[in-house]
Amino acid sequence: MTFTPTELEVEGAAGGETAGHPAPASPPAQRRRLARAFLRDRTAVACSAYILLVILMALAAPLLVKLSGWGPYEFDQSAVDPNLGGLPLGWGGGMGAEHWFGVEPGNGRDIFARIVYGARVSMTIALAATVLTSVLGVVFGLIAGYFGGRVDMLISRVMEFLMAFPALIFMIAVLSALPADNRQFLLVVVISVFGWPYLARIVRGQTMSLKEREFVESARASGASSLQIIFKEILPNLASTIIVMTTLAVPGYVGTEAGLSFLGVGVVPPTPSWGQMIASSVPWYAVDPAYFLIPGTFLFLLVLSFTVLGDRIKKLVESGEGRA
Amino acid sequence: MSRFLFNRLLGMIVVLFLVCLFTFVVFFVLSPDPAVQICGKNCTPEAIDQIRENLGLDQPFWTQFWTFITALFTGRTYGTGANAVECAAPCLGYSFQTSQPVADMILQRLPVSATIAIGAAVLWLLAGVAGGLISAVREGRFADRFIAGLTLTGMSVPNYVLALALQFLLVVTLGWLPFPQAVPFGDDPVRWFANFLMPWTVLAIGSAAVYTRLTRANVIESLQENYVRTARAKGLRPGLVWRRHALRPALTPIVTIFGMDFANLLGGALITETVFGLNGIGKLAADSITKNDQPVIMGVTLLAAFLVVVGAMVVDLLYTAIDPRVRVGSVK
Amino acid sequence: MSTATETAAAGPLLRVRDLTVGFQTAQGPVEVVRSLDFDLPRGGALGIVGESGSGKSMTSLAVMGLLPKGATRTGSIEFAGTELTALRERAMREVRGNRIAMIFQDPLSSLNPYYTVGTQIAEAYRSHRRGVTRRQARTVAIAAMERVRIRDAARRVDHYPHQFSGGMRQRVMIAMMLSMEPELIIADEPTTALDVTVQAQILDLLAEIRADTGAGLILITHDLAVVSEVTDHIVVMREGALVEQGPVERIFTDPQEPYTRMLLDAVPRIDDEIGLLRTTAPAAWEER
Repeated sequence: MTFTPTELEVEGAAGGETAGHPAPASPPAQRRRLARAFLRDRTAVACSAYILLVILMALAAPLLVKLSGWGPYEFDQSAVDPNLGGLPLGWGGGMGAEHWFGVEPGNGRDIFARIVYGARVSMTIALAATVLTSVLGVVFGLIAGYFGGRVDMLISRVMEFLMAFPALIFMIAVLSALPADNRQFLLVVVISVFGWPYLARIVRGQTMSLKEREFVESARASGASSLQIIFKEILPNLASTIIVMTTLAVPGYVGTEAGLSFLGVGVVPPTPSWGQMIASSVPWYAVDPAYFLIPGTFLFLLVLSFTVLGDRIKKLVESGEGRA
Repeated sequence: MSRFLFNRLLGMIVVLFLVCLFTFVVFFVLSPDPAVQICGKNCTPEAIDQIRENLGLDQPFWTQFWTFITALFTGRTYGTGANAVECAAPCLGYSFQTSQPVADMILQRLPVSATIAIGAAVLWLLAGVAGGLISAVREGRFADRFIAGLTLTGMSVPNYVLALALQFLLVVTLGWLPFPQAVPFGDDPVRWFANFLMPWTVLAIGSAAVYTRLTRANVIESLQENYVRTARAKGLRPGLVWRRHALRPALTPIVTIFGMDFANLLGGALITETVFGLNGIGKLAADSITKNDQPVIMGVTLLAAFLVVVGAMVVDLLYTAIDPRVRVGSVK
Repeated sequence: MSTATETAAAGPLLRVRDLTVGFQTAQGPVEVVRSLDFDLPRGGALGIVGESGSGKSMTSLAVMGLLPKGATRTGSIEFAGTELTALRERAMREVRGNRIAMIFQDPLSSLNPYYTVGTQIAEAYRSHRRGVTRRQARTVAIAAMERVRIRDAARRVDHYPHQFSGGMRQRVMIAMMLSMEPELIIADEPTTALDVTVQAQILDLLAEIRADTGAGLILITHDLAVVSEVTDHIVVMREGALVEQGPVERIFTDPQEPYTRMLLDAVPRIDDEIGLLRTTAPAAWEER
């Protein structure tokens, strides 16, 4: 995850900010049609289902843990074999009726519980980062695109600066230097600071082309203020682009948080995080592959679901606009 | 043209300066006192003061920053007299923990990072463009959808998970490949290849997926262009229509994006190197962060930013070379 | 003279019978051209007029065999005695650009921005003629550019499309076509994207070339004024079907169909009374 370009950057760089994007225009009837087309797309529905599952897991974590019988911080030494250095007893890293997903080597913590609580971390941070990035990206993109001139120059320079920055190294360095409290909040902030330019760039491009259109001119002629124009005329037309971009960005955030946790600067142990579990699994992967496979699979599927979902939505929106 | 160059150069310098400043500020504010670290266990307040004076840590912020900047060009001496330490230009800092100039440490690690970067880049370019082409030609058919599925998967799997999975499968279970080690090419080309194959693959998969999608989209779009219709209307051979009118325009954006990606990668593939235990620049950064070796972190950050900014400029220049519309002035 | 060449020499340059072009859409099959019949005599100039979506461009693409993927074409297209619909793709390629040439509406997007104008003009020549060196082809390109009155052709042959103005670019397109000396020229809205003054120049150029080479011309446009100047015969299309056809004078002075009359009335004339704009409402015409 050395910040290989996500779809966001690729879309932005490939041929100008507006190339390859649905031409902004979305009356409510069209949105209903899109919604229905979405429900008919089995893949998109399947992805949404998995995402909802993870969200539910996260929300219902305490309840699920009561059902499974083991909390995420409890040690169960009886499940590991001290003679083998703490290797879990039983097949698949100790899977069975007692521990549904097995236990962690060494300390015997219940993996199911940690997965479920780890879901909380992943989803919270990813969604919070998404919200923050979207707000920043849309606001700055709109302002830069609409007002142009010096304002645009300033914002664009800031964006360039942030995008040129070796974000990963910086994030790791900053996070490792800071104290451990409010770690989740910091993660969200740090991810968002480096994430918003990519969305802003696209929004800026589209705003610039939209502001030349007739409906903006007529709004201006009828005396609307700039703010009104931005929020009432331009923003609704960007809605589909924003939705697509946002959905495509979420897997990046999930991956980033997991990556940072993997490197040890994410959420602080003993709070479980899928990335951090994978990091802990590294010394054991040869003898207890389940320990990395389980969180790895959950993580992979989550990122995949968001990616495929974003892809599907993008196709739907583009074909919908095309037909209109 | 030269005005354009000049402006870009200026912009580049400004961005680099700002990166320096920003990084310096953050580390200045966040880092624990380096003097204490260097001093070690049996420290006396006098020793700390002495060290601070040697390192210039007692100076005001802007003086320190200025010293740092000038050191990039002229080198710098830490301390005085017998314990003085030389840091030749370009001085990216001096790691007191390991008693080496940061620049030297980076240079030592450069071959490994470069090997990883170049190998992965070749791999993903070939796979990406080939995959994209096939998908575009067979648009909507099975090959296209299959490749699309592969790309979505490739984009979604986190590299460390893939690295572990591959190692588990290929090294531990099947024994086909050895545990990756940085074997120099000169020693044993076959072993060199076998050792770097997994890191290359892990690093390339994400980008290959993105490039496949990008190539596919570009080729499909260029096939819709009116000039392809003109070419066909002229009765040109399909091969010529493809090469000149469909491919050539489609590949332009890819070349430019590639420039940026490669520059990014040279700065060190942090996670991949760490997982595979390869001593590249990325691993240097990761280790330094763990050990809190601030000068090294600063140096690596600066280098990475420098590469990205230079990469952006190279890409812009490349664009003027490739796209005639940018190169020459427009309609008179 | 054999029967084949007799027929070829005597008959029309292009004879289209029962041409139908269809697409499969999400809403079901759609016919964009319906049972179209028309002839183009040798050296004649035919105008195909109609509103957007009437199927005029599709007709020309059908003749060239350049219909988009998923289109079906039925009917007969006989060009100088050869049935085009029966030709294999390779044979059709020999006809395209060589015996039938086409120019399009937007010269900027119809030219590849990455190659010089000279390369693009010479492409067709090198493709269709065997053993042509680059130098020879370049000479041909310069000559073609001079023929279409692009000044300083020897230097500008190495320029890129974006370095030319709109009218010049359209001349470049014509030059591309000229180098092959086609028997039939199909021009799809060649002047729509151009200024009025430049339009006249391009039309004059086309007329000149026709006079010089004796090539037939099919001019597709929605602009009746253009058609009246350049063509001898007009085909009026509406929603894929033929509405009316006939000699230019007759169509303009004595249109038979209400639709034709409506199109004519839409063209503003200096002596028009400023009345109501008559829109598509066939029922309203019944009283006439």
